[in-house]
Amino acid sequence: MVTMAAQIAGRFDSVPLRAQLQRVERRRKLKAFTLVLPLLLFILIAFAFPITRMMFNAVHDDTLLALMPRTMAALSGWDGKDLPDENAYAALAEDLKQAWAQRTTGAIGQRMNYQLSGVGSEVTSSARKASTLSGGPYKATMIEINPIWGQRDIWSLLKRGSSAYTAYYLLRSIDYQYDSDSKIVASPPDQSIFRDAFLRTLGISVGVTVATLLLGFPVAYLLATLPPRISNPLMIMVVLPFWTSVLVRTTAWVVLLQQHGLVNDALIALHIISQPAELIFNRLGTVVAMTHIQLPFTLLPIYSVMKTISPSHVRAARSLGAGPFYAFWKVYFPQTLSGIAAGCLLTFILCLGYYITPALVGGPSDQMIAYFIAYYTNEQLNWGMASALGFILLIATLVLYYVFNKLVGVDRIKMG
Amino acid sequence: MAAFAYASPIEKAWYYLHRLICGAVLLYLVAPILVIIPLSFNSVPFFSYPMPGLSLRWYEEFLLTDRWQGALHNSIFVAVSVTLLSTVLGTLAALGLSRPNFPWRAAVMSLLISPIIIPVVITAVALYFFYADLGLVNTYTGLILAHTTLATPFVVITVTTTLIGFDHTLTRAAAGLGAPSVTVFFKVTLPLILPGMISGALFAFLTSFDEVVIALFVAGPEQRTLPKAMFSGIREEISPTITAAATVLILLSITMLTTVELLRRRSERLRGIRNT
Repeated sequence: MVTMAAQIAGRFDSVPLRAQLQRVERRRKLKAFTLVLPLLLFILIAFAFPITRMMFNAVHDDTLLALMPRTMAALSGWDGKDLPDENAYAALAEDLKQAWAQRTTGAIGQRMNYQLSGVGSEVTSSARKASTLSGGPYKATMIEINPIWGQRDIWSLLKRGSSAYTAYYLLRSIDYQYDSDSKIVASPPDQSIFRDAFLRTLGISVGVTVATLLLGFPVAYLLATLPPRISNPLMIMVVLPFWTSVLVRTTAWVVLLQQHGLVNDALIALHIISQPAELIFNRLGTVVAMTHIQLPFTLLPIYSVMKTISPSHVRAARSLGAGPFYAFWKVYFPQTLSGIAAGCLLTFILCLGYYITPALVGGPSDQMIAYFIAYYTNEQLNWGMASALGFILLIATLVLYYVFNKLVGVDRIKMG
Repeated sequence: MAAFAYASPIEKAWYYLHRLICGAVLLYLVAPILVIIPLSFNSVPFFSYPMPGLSLRWYEEFLLTDRWQGALHNSIFVAVSVTLLSTVLGTLAALGLSRPNFPWRAAVMSLLISPIIIPVVITAVALYFFYADLGLVNTYTGLILAHTTLATPFVVITVTTTLIGFDHTLTRAAAGLGAPSVTVFFKVTLPLILPGMISGALFAFLTSFDEVVIALFVAGPEQRTLPKAMFSGIREEISPTITAAATVLILLSITMLTTVELLRRRSERLRGIRNT
């Protein structure tokens, strides 16, 4: 009856029905959206916003602009060739006096110290002395108070601070910085550590991904081809580590690999080595522990793809005269490629951000980029630098996540 | 390997080599877990076999000293709060996302899942800066909210999985028979998605209970969690009490793994998917 009525209504007056259906459809969409809304808002406010703000911090720093407004204004017309004129020095003295009164010299000094190490304390001492000055001329007096004010690079640093946006932190992250003429030059060798850190992060991630693939592929093949009666208990051996805390597994590797640990004891007992080998706090320990943690992430997607491949394909190839290896390579292996792509990409993405494991089982030269982000946040308190390094790591991750989404689909992520 | 009877010698050799490699890899996977459990019963504070004697002294230290007790309590409190929050938020979102023709489904889904893809250290630092302005650093609220962002994607994933192949005619039938939508939810939808919800909740609990990076950044000494205590323990000098703590965590993982597996089977049975 309802269909007939709809047909009749449709024949005579199609617009209102379509509008009605659209309205129902819209209401349904709205209802579905309302269900998602609480989580969406939560993720946007408590996750996406802080991360966006951190990325913004990588290019935005208005410390000097906010704390030394007069100097910044006076420097707007400075050509940067010689020392600035008396006006700028007067503004500087005024700003330092104010900073001394408001106890903000520390923040100014720290901000300047990032770019020219050692000037932080000079700024504070100049401010203390400047606070007693009563009148001009300031130029000679300021240079007499502290010779740093007679250096041109200090003034170009201040001039660069008159914009709230700075590329300084991002440049430092790829080992470039500004010289005294505000030109971009390569950082001196003792400060050029970040390109190495990024390359090391890439290298370790590639190494671990390849290792998990080489170790995981044969096991995935075995598990996919054995009857369930045998493969299920073996599967537990793969899934149990997957469910165990990363910290617990890293602890176990520390116990196993340390100088008088079980692996060294066993190797000595078997007369393979006579002295305990260095297995931990170096690259070897880092890669062994990280491979152990990531192996299930690579193995499980390959396994689930292999489960869908019918054994009759290889059998058909064999009966048509292909040798066992040829049949495997030409018929079976190409069908596993989607699983290999999913597993390897996931492992690679997760490897890029490793922090805990290298920190516990690696040496000083095995620390990945996440370590530097933590270091600049907690120990150097240089948040701009931490943000800039995070910015680059985040962009790399997001690009790979996009590829993963296109290639595999986020819906395909399964647990356990 | 059905053709084993007339396989060539190379093929046979390869067959055994493959088994050998797999055995070695599986050993590599479980050895660290199997090795650390017996060591937690060692009577002397060394990590070597053979053990001179067995004792429960490390468990005593783990369960009776304030340092570890406080950490355990904090971890349980935070993890339970995170579980409740993320299960509610995640289940609602999964229900919405599984409705047919949800607008921009792929984009919304990738945003909601992104907390488990983005490196934890970035999340930790970003939240640390964010909380510094809001006064949430070194508070339970801050830690719980941070862990909830990491844990919710697991709930979304598990509940969405149970909703694949969900028969929407069931809810329509209930509604057609006059049930209000609240009754439909509790009598029809909830029983069907419950296994997924519980699995998701367990994942959420474990995520928070095992999480260390965010705890290092946003939690103060007051909110010292078990992983945080373990982390500093490993860094300073590794004591056998850590192996006792690790064993407790492993047992927890085994319990959860078993529960989730049983729930998955139940869910498949409920939805009529037969395990082949």
